Amino acid sequence: MTDATNTRRVPRTRIGRFFDSDIWYSFIRSPLVILSALICIAFFVATIFAPWVAPHNPFDLAAIDLMDSSLPPSWLEDSDPRFLLGTDDQGRDILSTIIYGARISLMVSLAAVAFSMVLGITLGLISGYVGGRTDAIIMRVADVQLAFPAILIAMLIDGVVRGLLPREMHSDVAIYVLIFAIGISGWVQYARTVRGSTLVEKNKEYVQAARVIGIGPITILWRHVLPNVTGPVLVIATIHLAIAIITEATLSFLGVGVPPTTPSMGTLIQVGQDYLFSGEWWITIFPGIALAVLVLAINLFGDWLRDALNPKLR
Amino acid sequence: MTLRKTLTAALLGSAMLAAPASAEEFKFAFQGDASTMDPHGLFETFTLGFQRNVYEGLVARNGKMEMIGALAESWENTSPNVWTFNLRKGVKFHNGNDMKADDVAFSVERINSEGSDLKTVASLIKDVKVVDDYTVELHTPAPNPILPLQLEIFYIMDKEWSEENGTTEATSVAGGDEGNFANLNANGTGPFKLESRQTGVKTVLVKNDDYWGEMASNVTKAIFTPIDQDATRVAALISGDVHLAWPIPVQDWKRLESADGVAPLTGPEARTIFLGFNQEDDELATSDIKGENPFKDVRVRQAFMHAIDIEAIKKKIMRGSATPAGLMIAPQINGFNASQNDRLAFNVEGAKQLLADAGYPDGFEVTMDCPNDRYVNDEKICQASASMLAKIGVKVNLLAQTKSKYFGKVLAQNDYDTDFFLLGWTPSTFDAHNVMSALISCRGGDDNLGAFNLGGYCNPAINALTAMVQSESNQEMRQKMIEVAFHIHKQEVGHIPLHQQPLSWGVSEKVDVIQRPDNIFDLRDAVVK
Repeated sequence: MTDATNTRRVPRTRIGRFFDSDIWYSFIRSPLVILSALICIAFFVATIFAPWVAPHNPFDLAAIDLMDSSLPPSWLEDSDPRFLLGTDDQGRDILSTIIYGARISLMVSLAAVAFSMVLGITLGLISGYVGGRTDAIIMRVADVQLAFPAILIAMLIDGVVRGLLPREMHSDVAIYVLIFAIGISGWVQYARTVRGSTLVEKNKEYVQAARVIGIGPITILWRHVLPNVTGPVLVIATIHLAIAIITEATLSFLGVGVPPTTPSMGTLIQVGQDYLFSGEWWITIFPGIALAVLVLAINLFGDWLRDALNPKLR
Repeated sequence: MTLRKTLTAALLGSAMLAAPASAEEFKFAFQGDASTMDPHGLFETFTLGFQRNVYEGLVARNGKMEMIGALAESWENTSPNVWTFNLRKGVKFHNGNDMKADDVAFSVERINSEGSDLKTVASLIKDVKVVDDYTVELHTPAPNPILPLQLEIFYIMDKEWSEENGTTEATSVAGGDEGNFANLNANGTGPFKLESRQTGVKTVLVKNDDYWGEMASNVTKAIFTPIDQDATRVAALISGDVHLAWPIPVQDWKRLESADGVAPLTGPEARTIFLGFNQEDDELATSDIKGENPFKDVRVRQAFMHAIDIEAIKKKIMRGSATPAGLMIAPQINGFNASQNDRLAFNVEGAKQLLADAGYPDGFEVTMDCPNDRYVNDEKICQASASMLAKIGVKVNLLAQTKSKYFGKVLAQNDYDTDFFLLGWTPSTFDAHNVMSALISCRGGDDNLGAFNLGGYCNPAINALTAMVQSESNQEMRQKMIEVAFHIHKQEVGHIPLHQQPLSWGVSEKVDVIQRPDNIFDLRDAVVK
């Protein structure tokens, strides 16, 4: 009995160890982070299960009715209880459009982050481990790219691809182009961080020992170096996700993002902008709020993750 | 002391700069730029409308749309195939050259040149004869009692100036010809001279003090800026950056009414917006139905028309400001008969039945071409049509793009590459004959008719009637023929007329302007108060 209260037992299962860790402790002690995490989870769940969560399907042309267009949110006059946040100029439910739009925004951003991550980590590992001329070339390319704002690079790639492809193909490939454009503009952070960690790790004794017993460089990088850089990479990825969402929204707002037939949140804000003067504020304000809340929540969560994973700040 | 002197001088200098200029400046904005300064470069209402401040034709319309003489003082149908124009004496071009019959003959030659987009006008004139310096005869291929009406947008250029500057051929807007001198420079006879032009940015006109005519305008300098974003254009008007802006989005009329110092200026435009189908090809390139063209079946076209809820478009998209149409011409157009203007009723069940009868109970798929910056709410109308057609099982893939790309795809230059489209048309002559010859006659024949019949609707009876209307001088007979032609077109649902869109301008209280039903703004009528 006294044993159980005085000495802590180390749980054997992985999940048990997680709940016993410093990270979990720091997490449950911070209400703001819990709130951010809940918001993120809510967004992810809502967008993954959009067809069941959303009250209407805004992309089903046969289901939308022009006579329902431009209705205000349900707590205002002349509204319709079927449409909680009102409708846009074509009669689409704003709430459903936000959910479906967030789905596209998140999908594009997650894919772009994954793309950046893979590219950045690979180049970072190579650069740090091989060193020499390869390292110099990769890092100079990274330096040059850092001199350009990410949005500029994304627009450049988008513009070039649009110029090369015939107009009819744009809507089919637009999303992939967007993922590529946003992804390519963000790899530098990953590469630099991973290269730094690799430089530190590769001279440690365990790596040298592994090399002595004849393990190949790929296995060394994968089994020994990579696990040591996952912490910082995870932090960068979280912050990068927020940036990717904003970049996607900006590009779509400027009309070079996803096609208007499958609106993302940036497209929604842009469509609504035409109606700001005429008093139909809900078309642009609600998607705007949703975007801001999502990005803020991800950023707060990312900040906390950075602090929690950094032993120096503990 | 020196410092104080400098300061005083600087203050005085800035005070002088800030003092109100005695010049009456007029600033205006449109959603796009005038495509070229070459008066024979592009047959488009806005471009030609802008150019008429600098260039003039033989005849013109005043603010009340009455036909008046411009460079011609009088004209007469001297024999069935000949029109004689007596030119105004003492008219000078901006460079000081006299305007003479030579210049008219030269201009006729120029609209026949390769880059010219005024070929429809060119086809009206078979031959031109200079009788003396101030008399010119235009010979027509067939008797044409309405020729002067059709010449309003044919502007006269200076022969010497064009030859000196190597611009005897018209600028082709299709591209590759931007270096043409007349594309960026102008030398007309009109009340305003072109002072400077930055394509897509700003065009400045100044008053021509030697103008031959009288006009209401007191404007000495006019600055035109294209502003493509709707919200930015409205904001520029409200903040006083421009005196006149158009088009104003219909949903912003209330906003302009409540704002200080500006007001919406609205009215019915003579432009009819309509949908058209590819009825020429044996198979639609963009449809899932292979081996046949559903649009060749009149029941399919009727079904489409039944599926369109025009009242919803009027109420929700046009905010009550459009006039639903059953005819391809507006009430202002000569030849209009109100009793013909009814539409096939909105009837989803009936439309489904018609589709099923035609053999497409599950509908089909088709791509729709639509401009997104040419007509009032054009893209929104297309989106709404797509969702209405979805309710009868037709899946419409919308391809909405900017006007230059849209026109580049669907017009004759690209072999009419469209299956289903939205287009708008104002007959520049304000006569039904223009619509009959350009829009609903069979195309591709020797008679050069149907140039803008994008879908290739064809009934030879309409071509025959068009030719008869062209040369018929008995007004009653002419009206009957027009009505018969439109009756045939209506029965066969050659196109689906939607509505006449509203004119939608925003005007500052500091100025007076006149709004013409063809949406042309004439600086001659602009007064700065």
